[in-house]
Amino acid sequence: MSFNFDLVIQSFPLLLLGAGITIKITALSVGLGMIIGMFVGIARISHVAPLRMLAAVYIDFLRGTPLLVQIFLIYFALPIMLDQRVDPFVAAITACGINSGAYVAEIFRAGIQAIDDGQMEAGRSLGMTWVQTMRYIIVPQAFKNIIPPLGNEFIALLKDSSLVSVIGFEELTRRGQLIIARTYGSLEIWLSVAVIYLAMTLAISRLVAYMEKRLKTS
Amino acid sequence: MIDIKDLRKSFEDHEVLKGINLHINPKEVVVIIGPSGSGKSTLLRCMNMLEVPTSGKVVVDGIELNGEANINKAREEIGMVFQRFNLFPHMTVLENITLAPMKVRKISKEEAEKTAMELLNQVGLADKAEAYPPQLSGGQQQRVAIARALAMKPKVMLFDEPTSALDPEMVKEVLDVMKSLANKGMTMAIVTHEMGFAREVGDRLLFVDEGQIIEQGPPKDVFDNPKEERTKLFFSKIL
Ligand SMILES: Nc1ncnc2c1ncn2[C@@H]1O[C@H](COP(=O)(O)OP(=O)(O)OP(=O)(O)O)[C@@H](O)[C@H]1O
Ligand SMILES: [Mg+2]
Repeated sequence: MSFNFDLVIQSFPLLLLGAGITIKITALSVGLGMIIGMFVGIARISHVAPLRMLAAVYIDFLRGTPLLVQIFLIYFALPIMLDQRVDPFVAAITACGINSGAYVAEIFRAGIQAIDDGQMEAGRSLGMTWVQTMRYIIVPQAFKNIIPPLGNEFIALLKDSSLVSVIGFEELTRRGQLIIARTYGSLEIWLSVAVIYLAMTLAISRLVAYMEKRLKTS
Repeated sequence: MIDIKDLRKSFEDHEVLKGINLHINPKEVVVIIGPSGSGKSTLLRCMNMLEVPTSGKVVVDGIELNGEANINKAREEIGMVFQRFNLFPHMTVLENITLAPMKVRKISKEEAEKTAMELLNQVGLADKAEAYPPQLSGGQQQRVAIARALAMKPKVMLFDEPTSALDPEMVKEVLDVMKSLANKGMTMAIVTHEMGFAREVGDRLLFVDEGQIIEQGPPKDVFDNPKEERTKLFFSKIL
């Protein structure tokens, strides 16, 4: 067995560029997922039955089908319906964001249900509407509780974003594949790719732990 | 001020309120006592629809409590104080008190804060305006909760065992605030186990058992000459 260190060093800048793109799609997808997840999570526990059902269908569908299939649906199937090509970047973020939204919705739901019922009762007894009470009282408190699971979701999505390599989008995994196609350095490149993913996920979990501590003391 | 007609409430097939008729006059202080599980909290919570009655009618300040809009409207006029305070822990004392007046009554921040400071003075906590609820003692939290309810300038105040979660040495400071409120002419419905307070401050005493009003009258009469067997039995256990 031979290990070509030069290849690692040569490829590293290219891989880091790919890692940058991985972070970018992850951040945008999580952002989209948070917005979707907040509304779907709240809809899931609202007292409007059709909303509740719609939210449940959304969550079940996205958690019950593979992300890879969802990416194919958006990148290959949707264009047939729209009769229009979908940009890989847009497809990647949409697929990951919509998917993440389902998981974030469940995180939000749990975070909201963990808040004492007395908080909603206090808000309502003061004449505030359900929506006002959610917005000013329940959701801000839920946010504090859900930072750790949201951090885990961020990490999961960062890893899952490697799946968008299949539609040719040049994030970290795809970059690795392309370099290997040129150099045949499977061992060196896949190891490098793995190390970079590991560095990113460790950094995120540290950041989340730090934020959690800051919030606890405040 | 509050008019309740044939109010019934069941949880699943357990009937907790079995036809309550009650009329509370403006400025009247009604104290509700009764054994645990008799339906006192449920009755109080039906007065602002935190609990939705199975049947019957509740009218507060001329507004019948039916339909979302009416209920929200009526709740603006009904303050409620809970056993476990239910302050908003992520907001300062001042923010706790000003939130609803600003969002519901659409009062400016300056005005809401001015009213809040007056109320905090009234309950003796002006120096705690910037504190967060978890930093306060139970008695202080409950006084803030009273100020929060009063900030909406309600016409009626409901109290559900406001001193039951407090250490004994803090009970008096909360009862004193309630007493001065009664003296100022606030209409109040109070569920409590503080019999001395009931006798002193109440205009009318209501004894509730198994979802029914068993006996009512001026506190002194009911305490000194209970007419019903169940009232006598209850007093023999607690006094
Ligand atoms: N949300 C609920 N679901 C089911 N049962 C309930 C609910 N709330 C109250 N009950 C039941 O209704 C009955 C009356 O309860 P309520 O809280 O009104 O009694 P209470 O007189 O306030 O008692 P306590 O002095 O212990 O506070 C009890 O048997 C209780 O178990
Ligand atoms: Mg009770």
